[in-house]
Amino acid sequence: MEVLFKSVKELVALAESSSKPISEIMIEQEMLLSRRTREEIIAQMDNNLTVMEEAVEKGLQGVQSTSGLTGGDAVLIQKYMASGKSLSGDLILDAVSKAVATNEVNAAMGTICATPTAGAAGIVPGTLFAVKNKLNPTRDQMLNYLFTTGAFGFVVANNASISGAAGGCQAETGSAASMAAAAIVEMAGGTPQQSAEAFSIVMKNMLGLVCDPVAGLVEVPCVKRNAMGAAKALVGADMALAGVVSRIPTDEVIDAMHRIGQSMPSALRETAKGGLATTPTGKALEAKIFGGTKENSDHIPSS
Amino acid sequence: MKFRSVFDIIGPVMIGPSSSHTAGAARIGRVARTLFGRQPDWAKIYLYGSFAETYKGHGTDVAIIGGLMDYDTFDERIKTAFEDAKKAGFSFEFIPEEEEMEHPNTAKIVIGDENSVMELTGISIGGGKMEVVELNGFPLRLSGNYPALLVVHQDRAGLIASVANALAKRGVNIAHMEVGRKEKGKMALMVIEVDQLIDDEIINELRGLPHITQVSTIAE
Repeated sequence: MEVLFKSVKELVALAESSSKPISEIMIEQEMLLSRRTREEIIAQMDNNLTVMEEAVEKGLQGVQSTSGLTGGDAVLIQKYMASGKSLSGDLILDAVSKAVATNEVNAAMGTICATPTAGAAGIVPGTLFAVKNKLNPTRDQMLNYLFTTGAFGFVVANNASISGAAGGCQAETGSAASMAAAAIVEMAGGTPQQSAEAFSIVMKNMLGLVCDPVAGLVEVPCVKRNAMGAAKALVGADMALAGVVSRIPTDEVIDAMHRIGQSMPSALRETAKGGLATTPTGKALEAKIFGGTKENSDHIPSS
Repeated sequence: MKFRSVFDIIGPVMIGPSSSHTAGAARIGRVARTLFGRQPDWAKIYLYGSFAETYKGHGTDVAIIGGLMDYDTFDERIKTAFEDAKKAGFSFEFIPEEEEMEHPNTAKIVIGDENSVMELTGISIGGGKMEVVELNGFPLRLSGNYPALLVVHQDRAGLIASVANALAKRGVNIAHMEVGRKEKGKMALMVIEVDQLIDDEIINELRGLPHITQVSTIAE
């Protein structure tokens, strides 16, 4: 079965030639490949959106992970915003806090929707629910936001990677932030090409980001990388809407990300054997959580 | 193309904290359970690469056991899978391996009971997607993108044609097919991914064909 697009170039060309938004191209491709009806596809995405909303709400009430490494920061950021003293602006901080909220829920083994992965699950909903307060989208427009992120993520997943173990954090939070930037542009009334520019601008600034989780947990620095990914997504979207373009075409940026991921040593790809994970404090935290080594087993013995 | 659906990117809905290490792992466990066809009594789970290094913090262990207990990626019971397994009389152990595998997130699951033993190797390719790369010593590529039929049979001339005919007769379209055998004339395995859901009538018909020893299915 033939797909409608394999690259961002094809995706944008298709949207432009048919005068349809990128979200619509994604829905049409999904109907083609899954042989499901539009209604079924929309219903499944609607369910995903509800899961995202619930995770944000739960995180904003305050959650703690069992390791004790993360939790409560979403609440802190919301309180700070309420004080009226924020420098970077309430919209950015709202997105940041909602991204953090989602990842704090994720770290606490709560229910989330992977976007595109669990470790990067905060950025897409964080930006969506922050921008929602500014642009007042309909429910359908919010679903379109997710289909647009999905269209760009589809290209990345098939041409590069969305896995931290394969490509580092650039493949996870990098992809998520770039995908979100593209969708913000569409929701704000930008063109498909502007979505692609926003994607490129953000992805270029996430290149080389290593995956070095302390104690191998999806907590430090993952939660804060989601926070900053959300901020970059908003700034990148604004730059593209202002008319700024990327000198390197999107598909070449994605290819660069892929090649960088392949040349990263495995110590920096989700193995907890390098970077922040092997700082003195990182190792001390690991020892505290796992009692020295991860191999210390508490499994039920086999018969 | 490894990722075919927008819901591979936006989704799955799952229990945190890691789509590769938790959701993908749960799916590998669940496919093993589906192919085994029943609750196993015991499991030995070998973990490689990043799975071996970080499985405890990611809940990879509870997720695989949850999958073997037939829990979906979003089933809250994943969190209590160890206790649930214990109650069900299902024992297991995890063995982190040093060996470097082709994919950084690889798990080999050996499960069994008094009747049989099954061995399956799965890889978690990102975003909760997984592939089965080996089943009972047969290398294969099973993407989980489509409903699939797994047919264990004797290596005989014409057998593949008769299975394909049985499917054609019922209007079932084959999306992808792989055939492998360990030794000429001995046991062989057909993996057939199809576009439609597979009903019991088809399975019963295939089971009735000569030289077929086992037929299992995996729904998408």
